[in-house]
Amino acid sequence: MASLRTEIGALALEKPGMVASGIMDETGPSMIRMIKEGAGAAVSKSIGCEPNEGHKNPCFSEVCGGLVNAMGLPNPGIELFEEEMRTASAHGKIIGSVYGAKPDEFAFLAGKMEDFGACAVELNLSCPHAKGYGMEIGTDPAIVKSIVSAVKSSVSIPVWAKLTPNTHILADIGRAVQDAGGDAVVAINTLKAMIISPEFARPVLSNKFGGLSGKAIKPVGVRAVYDLKSVLDIPIVGVGGIYGWRDAAEYIMAGASAFQVGSAVLSEGTGVFGKINEGLERFMDEYGYGSVKSMAGAAHE
Amino acid sequence: MNDYTVTIEKVIQESYDTRTLAFGWDAEVRPGQFVMVWVPGIDEIPMSVSGINGRTKSITVKAIGEATNALHTLSAGDRMRIRGPYGNGFDLSRGEMLIIGGGVGTAAVISATVQTGSDMIIAARSEKDIIMNDIASRYSKNLRIATDDGSAGFRGNAVQLMKEMVSAKHYDCIIACGPEVMLYFTYKACEELGLECQLSLERYMKCGAGVCGCCVMDDMRVCKDGPVFTKQQISELSEFGKSKRDACGRLISMR
Repeated sequence: MASLRTEIGALALEKPGMVASGIMDETGPSMIRMIKEGAGAAVSKSIGCEPNEGHKNPCFSEVCGGLVNAMGLPNPGIELFEEEMRTASAHGKIIGSVYGAKPDEFAFLAGKMEDFGACAVELNLSCPHAKGYGMEIGTDPAIVKSIVSAVKSSVSIPVWAKLTPNTHILADIGRAVQDAGGDAVVAINTLKAMIISPEFARPVLSNKFGGLSGKAIKPVGVRAVYDLKSVLDIPIVGVGGIYGWRDAAEYIMAGASAFQVGSAVLSEGTGVFGKINEGLERFMDEYGYGSVKSMAGAAHE
Repeated sequence: MNDYTVTIEKVIQESYDTRTLAFGWDAEVRPGQFVMVWVPGIDEIPMSVSGINGRTKSITVKAIGEATNALHTLSAGDRMRIRGPYGNGFDLSRGEMLIIGGGVGTAAVISATVQTGSDMIIAARSEKDIIMNDIASRYSKNLRIATDDGSAGFRGNAVQLMKEMVSAKHYDCIIACGPEVMLYFTYKACEELGLECQLSLERYMKCGAGVCGCCVMDDMRVCKDGPVFTKQQISELSEFGKSKRDACGRLISMR
């Protein structure tokens, strides 16, 4: 029987799928619910130093092949999020996602997440719709390096960096994470996108642009993971358009040690992890992959 | 994809501050479901579908803020972008039902009355706040009105009248939508009386589709697992009647 257990560096997960940041992670109980439904871990929503309302509605719409959102990093701020983190991390593995503008903010937030019980921290270097944050700082290798270094020296839990596909220097950014001592990269965040209403002759989202996620971006994500695997030694977590076990298998074969699921919760429901786990196990048994590790990067050989 | 640009066919003045916008929309909608309505340049807000009449659907809007006031400026021929339908809706196969609408919450339950002809209470602060009593009286076997000030019908609130009606007749299930304080005491009364209920709840929403988690109460998404919850589900919601989350996700006490 194949084992779904996987290791992302020092962090071991019983199941390779995690709930991606921004999905069902407003409260401790909602993160626990996803773990109970088969996720190996849950990534918290991205938390900043201060409470943030995010962008005004509309900040979401379904489109052909997925959805576009510009939530704008709404969150209650790190102090108020403590209770949710403590509740959730008492019941399962929680990766604390944080965002900031400067290295010292990331370091401060990551330290708090470690105190609150996070088993790893995910640095949001990739949100495409928040001014001064996310991909605006995550597309400069020098800035990425300084942020990862600062966080590494302030926490003892693994430090992951979530990367944006909205760049032509993804490999350089991945190397910057690795050179700074980062423990893993997570790829990809959403693709910068826009929806226009022909009838109203204006962009639908209040922020005008947002990020595309869902089925449509899977080939982009798989390619990104494949490219990163070609240049990096640190583990990779694949994310982008995973709806079923075949999608997860693609990411693993491209080089991912684990994966995250987000948009699929919309159409597949919260039971999506259970279905993926079951399908993946069956596939691994049939094709003779005893472990996720034995399958990771198989497409490179 | 589930966004639609619809054309308003008719505007109905329900009361001094409440209007129904009826529009052409060929979608299958169940009583208790809702749509996200875009108000360009201002907001996007969840609105219950108040009318389900073949290809014509409607929303009922009480002018209480910038977005709802903007919706009141629309007239027949104007267009509206909506997405949905979202949410679970009511289970109307629960035997003898008593349907309760409080204030503009009446809009969320009126289509259940139209489909089932069940007994109904429409409750409001005062006579001038009562909406949809015409259509309710056409479909409901027994329509009762309750006003806090006694200006029409029963003097008192919805829960007081409900208790009176429940003591006179057997009901299998209470269906209700209204201010959360009304729903809280409806729930308490159902607990006391050993009555089933389905209550339609409301929380601040962003996606409406069950992904962002912004409207969760404990581990339940109001937009996707709800907005209609059973007595059993509500008994597990620690935030019901007590607190709600703001746009940042901060818990705000309701008392």
